[in-house]
Amino acid sequence: MSVVTNTTTIGAIELPSRRNTELLLLGFAVLIPMFAYANVGLAINGTLPPGMVLYGLGLGALAGIAHLVVRRYAKYADPLLLPLATLLNGLGLVLIWRLDQSERLQNLAKRAFGGFSPSAPRQMMYTAVAIALFAGVLLVLKDHRVLQRFTYISMAGALVLLILPVIPGLGADVFGAKIWISVGGFSIQPGEFAKIVIAIFFAGYLMVKRDALALASRRFMGLYLPRGRDLGPILMIWAMSLLVLVFENDLGTSLLFFGMFVIMLYVATERTSWIVIGLLMSVGGATVVGATASHVKVRVTAWLDPFDCYATSGACEQVGQSIMSFGSGGVLGAGWGQGNSDLIGFAANSDFIFSTVGEELGLAGVMAFLLLYGLIIERGVRTALAARDPFGKLFAIGLSGAFALQIFVVAGGVMGLIPLTGMTMPFLASGGSSVLANWILIAILIRISDTARRPAPAPAPSPDSEMTQVVRPS
Amino acid sequence: MNKPLRRISLFCGLLVLALLIRTNWLQYVQAEELSTRKENRRVQIAQYATERGNIIVKGEPITGSKVTDGSDYKFKRTYTDGELWAPVTGYASQAFGSTQLESLEDRILTGNDDRLFFDRTIGMFTGEKRQGGNVVTTLNPDAQKAAFEKLGKNKGAVAAIDPRTGAILALVSTPSYDPSRFAGNSKDDEKAWVELKDSEDKNLVNRALRETYPPGSTFKVVTAAAALEHGVVSDINAATDTPEPYFLPGTKTVMVNHAQGCEKASLNKALEVSCNSVFANMGDKVTRDKMVETAEKFGFNNDKIDIPVRAFASIYDKKMGKDGNAQSSIGQFNTAATPLQMAMVTAAIANDGKLMKPYMVDQLQAPNLDVIEKHEPQEMSRPLSAANAEKVQQMMVNVVQNGTGGKAKMNGVTVGGKTGTAQHGEGNKKRPYAWFISYAEMPDKTSPVAVAVVIEDSDADREDISGGGLAAPVAKAVMEAVLNSQK
Repeated sequence: MSVVTNTTTIGAIELPSRRNTELLLLGFAVLIPMFAYANVGLAINGTLPPGMVLYGLGLGALAGIAHLVVRRYAKYADPLLLPLATLLNGLGLVLIWRLDQSERLQNLAKRAFGGFSPSAPRQMMYTAVAIALFAGVLLVLKDHRVLQRFTYISMAGALVLLILPVIPGLGADVFGAKIWISVGGFSIQPGEFAKIVIAIFFAGYLMVKRDALALASRRFMGLYLPRGRDLGPILMIWAMSLLVLVFENDLGTSLLFFGMFVIMLYVATERTSWIVIGLLMSVGGATVVGATASHVKVRVTAWLDPFDCYATSGACEQVGQSIMSFGSGGVLGAGWGQGNSDLIGFAANSDFIFSTVGEELGLAGVMAFLLLYGLIIERGVRTALAARDPFGKLFAIGLSGAFALQIFVVAGGVMGLIPLTGMTMPFLASGGSSVLANWILIAILIRISDTARRPAPAPAPSPDSEMTQVVRPS
Repeated sequence: MNKPLRRISLFCGLLVLALLIRTNWLQYVQAEELSTRKENRRVQIAQYATERGNIIVKGEPITGSKVTDGSDYKFKRTYTDGELWAPVTGYASQAFGSTQLESLEDRILTGNDDRLFFDRTIGMFTGEKRQGGNVVTTLNPDAQKAAFEKLGKNKGAVAAIDPRTGAILALVSTPSYDPSRFAGNSKDDEKAWVELKDSEDKNLVNRALRETYPPGSTFKVVTAAAALEHGVVSDINAATDTPEPYFLPGTKTVMVNHAQGCEKASLNKALEVSCNSVFANMGDKVTRDKMVETAEKFGFNNDKIDIPVRAFASIYDKKMGKDGNAQSSIGQFNTAATPLQMAMVTAAIANDGKLMKPYMVDQLQAPNLDVIEKHEPQEMSRPLSAANAEKVQQMMVNVVQNGTGGKAKMNGVTVGGKTGTAQHGEGNKKRPYAWFISYAEMPDKTSPVAVAVVIEDSDADREDISGGGLAAPVAKAVMEAVLNSQK
């Protein structure tokens, strides 16, 4: 922390970069999952897991690389985001490894697919790729405002990403949801990436149109209704999200996109009427879909009474199991590796991974996890507040709003607070797309926060001050 | 743009708050309910996750555990001589729940009991696997086997008690079932379960504790005790004022005697040949309320006889009229008793009037065999004085020596007993129940065994069904087994 001195009367004081704070926190973010890993190994096999040191070194190396990249290329970035993501990702790996050890899930996989392959090594690999991408984003994207140029390209990109899974031959129908595409043996969930791309479009579009949307409106019953041509995009997004839902059986993604758009629109225009309109539309949409789409109806029924159809149809088996695993966890939980959350079945390590947290770490663990997520959201919103350009503000709030909605929709779904939607808990759940997309999201937030907290460059030497120089006698 | 941003951050905060409230609701408020729901397999998984402790008879386990592969439940219960011990152990089935000792002492057997907390904590640090504790019973394997073999294919039950302590020595119910057959959760187990559950023979019913029968003439010893206790009779050899024929009080119905010479017969003689009229008359004179009082001291009308498995309440009606009371005094009408209850009656008489609380769990042991609970014999009540008990004993010995209970006679041992043939069914059409209660006395005047036998149904012709003929040999075998095992 050196003070920059120049010849101006007002010296710009450099802000503390907080990189050392980040490094210290990262230490904990690597150490805690290592302890968790040792704990699971001791609980299940009675010995320290053989890969423990390797695992710790791997996670530590990845975190170290990420830290160095941030230190070099985003010096003033928020110091909490990286450690939080690392901690969640590390704990997620432990949870997945723990579920890999479950005999019940192994047998289930053998019966369903003829073989069992553990998910944890794959997840570790995806994590490495994701952190490479994280570094790549920070290296390439020197300034987030560059993304403004890609407003309409992102819209097209988002549409393509969303439509991909429906294309025959490319899309893969897994357990009734058509949200995957499979390319060369890898399955990708384009919706996760579309989340980021569409946020770029929204931010770029709204930054340009915010005045028109906010001011050119008619007053009707106390609400400011915008003009039809300005309303067009929101209707389009709404329709798109419904279509996504209908064709891909993906309630969560459609809710996420729509919610994200409403949040960004509201921030851009500062008009409460958008919230009201958005709510009305989503309620309308949800009612129509809930009444017509059979699989949504099933989920709503299961949500209303998770045990009613338990014996008869098995439709609420998953939610019922999940709620019971939370209940069985109690306040302190059964302990890592000592619960039976694998009773939920094949989705135990993806959609329902949070139930394992609930059962094995108990109320205390669940609250800790929710607070970790809450902190990420808080840092994201803080970044939006601190950002100096409207595009950055909108982009940051869009991403953090989407993140918050995703947490709410997933955790609320597995805890039976809202109907189940089939999304995954960021960083925890097994699945490459989710890890990659969320690390990119963190990278972008770090980039925006770096720009926001970067001190203004020192003013150029002022000619006036030159003028007042004492002229030495010659 | 900062004002809406702040509102959005508030909204995000509310989303997280909603989740926090929900998790508190699920994991704190509703935790108990959710974790014990019937749909929650964790309860059973935990029950069978470790090797269960054993139920032990005379140092030998009569239960065991074996590993089941490919199932949520790691260990399956096995039983040695399942049919023989089923009325004692009950069953513990992965699919169909558990009953009796397996259920009542489940927390000891699984090792979850609070009293095992210390063992569990130690085990946590030493890395030892959790083990279940043992339940040590009071049963006598020789007596149990003798009763089971003698009952053979007959439908019936035996209960034997050590009158001095109340310890249960035998508890047999036939036809029985093998709990091993449905201990798992496979298709075969289910088939066996359904078969047993719906069987006409009611195999799953524990007849010794959970079935009540009209006790018939065996109940006369209770009436005799009541008559002596309430001063209606003091000399058992004195003539009573019983007319022949004897009409039920207030009716024109004759109390039929199958025996000869009941007119004005003494109590002793009346028990010897089993005169109905004499005991109906005695019961009437004692009055209903005093009959109820004595019967209740013996354990009738008590629905909380836990040994620790709960026995059904035996009935002596508290509200019937005079004629009903007279009929009930010979063990008919509304009187109903479990075999355990009649064994308790016999034990109280044999133990000089002191009824000891019956029990069949002697000790609960921790996995390391430390005793964590030991049963101390307790007095339950005193239905009759020692002097009167002596008189009833004399009469019962007389029944075996000279009367209907001759088949229970043993060389060199004093045996007291009473036969019973209880009518049942509408118009008494069904095959009567054959009863026999008896005790054996050692030279020091104490009795190591009192036994009650009931045979519900047998292949014998109706005319041949009698307590003395069918049930007495079973009782004799049990008494012999107990006496021999004490030598």
